[in-house]
Amino acid sequence: MVNGTTGGPVERDVHNDRAEIEAVEHDLLGLAERAGYSKASRFAIRLAFEEAITNAFQHGHRGLDESVPVRVGYEVGPDEVRIWVEDKGKGFRVEDVPDPTLDENLTNPSGRGLMLMKSYMTSVRYNPTGNRVEMVYRRR
Amino acid sequence: MADGESRLRIRRDGDVTVVEFIDRNILDEANIQAIGDEITSLINESDKPMLLISFANVDHLSSAALGTLITINNRVRDKGGQLRLANIDAQIYEVFVITRLNKLFEIHETTEDALSSFK
Repeated sequence: MVNGTTGGPVERDVHNDRAEIEAVEHDLLGLAERAGYSKASRFAIRLAFEEAITNAFQHGHRGLDESVPVRVGYEVGPDEVRIWVEDKGKGFRVEDVPDPTLDENLTNPSGRGLMLMKSYMTSVRYNPTGNRVEMVYRRR
Repeated sequence: MADGESRLRIRRDGDVTVVEFIDRNILDEANIQAIGDEITSLINESDKPMLLISFANVDHLSSAALGTLITINNRVRDKGGQLRLANIDAQIYEVFVITRLNKLFEIHETTEDALSSFK
């Protein structure tokens, strides 16, 4: 059961299981809709949430057992939505991720998740280890 | 979930293979993999593939889906074929603009426009 009908903050472990991820996403987006966030805002929040979760499992947990969960939290306020995702991996350096929009990287199939998170959210911050991202979407 | 069933609607229009997505959301890693495999099979069936991918039913897609589209584009080009994208919702088109993939792909507003653009 996903808690959070009051707007949060909600924090829970999430496994790499599509139904579990979608249940959390459904709760988060439901809170955002009830708080009056527009369809475009919910599109942005959903996209960033998906990318953060995918990065955590695909990159953060590379080499770890598939059963290891990530820690996901969110809080939906009247003016902003805050989402954080923490994996149990070694972390990474944001500056090591190449710019996917450069001509020489356009045909590279990977590396766009972080850039989409930054484009759609008001702020995206990683902890010094690089295994926890906190994103804020401010109502526009 | 990827369960062996096709995630695509496929039809032929002359020499062009027209592909539509069944899912409204192309987010799930397993589904994206299945879609990529299915389209790759279509590409492999032709010497010079002419492929039109319609996003008419799509509400959301992830960067992993974009990655699969890029791989598809690379394969089509390697075989001297042509790829067109069409019917992309305004919100999703913005994702293509932000990532500059609107420069990589030939994108048309409608299926008809895309069909008439094949050379």
